[in-house]
Amino acid sequence: MTEFLNMGGYAFFVWTSIGVFVISLLIDFFSLSMKEKTVKRNIKSLLKRKNLR
Amino acid sequence: MNISINTIINMPKKWWEAIVLFYHKLGSPPSFYRISGYFLKWLLLIAIILAGIGFYDGLILAPVDYQQGDTVRIMYVHVSSAWMSMFIYAIMGICGLIAIIWRMKVAEAVLMASAPIGAWFTLITLLTGSLWGKPMWGTWWEWDARMTSELILLFLYIGIMATYTAFSEDARKAARMAALVAVVGLVNLPIIHFSVKWWSSIHQGTTVSLMGESKITWDMLRPLIYMAFATKFYYGYSMLKRARMYLLETESNKKWAQTIVMEEKS
Repeated sequence: MTEFLNMGGYAFFVWTSIGVFVISLLIDFFSLSMKEKTVKRNIKSLLKRKNLR
Repeated sequence: MNISINTIINMPKKWWEAIVLFYHKLGSPPSFYRISGYFLKWLLLIAIILAGIGFYDGLILAPVDYQQGDTVRIMYVHVSSAWMSMFIYAIMGICGLIAIIWRMKVAEAVLMASAPIGAWFTLITLLTGSLWGKPMWGTWWEWDARMTSELILLFLYIGIMATYTAFSEDARKAARMAALVAVVGLVNLPIIHFSVKWWSSIHQGTTVSLMGESKITWDMLRPLIYMAFATKFYYGYSMLKRARMYLLETESNKKWAQTIVMEEKS
């Protein structure tokens, strides 16, 4: 297990690379659901304003 | 508008009519929104499973390189991301052409929805390349042809998104201006691909080839293939979901978009 984590002495370079990959795609994933919430909330408030008039 | 995917395919008498009809259906924002909705969770699920297998295979099963040792494992994220950075840009170039010539709204949506995920993959390529270059070449960065052209690709992605934002008061015009930038930037793709051939470079040449023979052992190629498909499926998920939001947002004063939002339980 320690050998696996050590990556033949290149642990920093290998694991940072994997981290960059995973974290970047996670940010993309969560920004998608945030975008979905904003878009749908905006449409709902647009409809509410329309109905009040 | 409540036609299921089966009735769309069964309606025409000839199979090619079915394909043409499907193509036209996809060109209409409400149909695109509905049909893409069927695929979202499957694309994400397949992407996660393939990435899981790819990481296990690449980090544990695959052998070390006789020259590069364990740093060769960076390849599984670096090369698959680099392929995606160019694959996504090619799709954006095609969508850009369709958007300019036929003014097809769904093409504009796919174009703009591809830009953020394409930029992420390009950034991953540059950062992991840097992290691979330091231990192997002794430098984080070199102004060599491959790296410079990949950096230009990142600027193109950012430029396309910035162009859209600059004209954001008119979404159709903004998308067409962004499409123009995307189409002009297509010239960068062959430069990236052939850069290692045209200029003598610190970056290694092509090792994996679709047409010719690949100069890589199967034990290393296999995890790379898993990762190549995992990233493609994730792109499918991210792009489709963003394209759907793009269509909802730009058509938010239309009935179909309002119906979809109101029918969801809040």
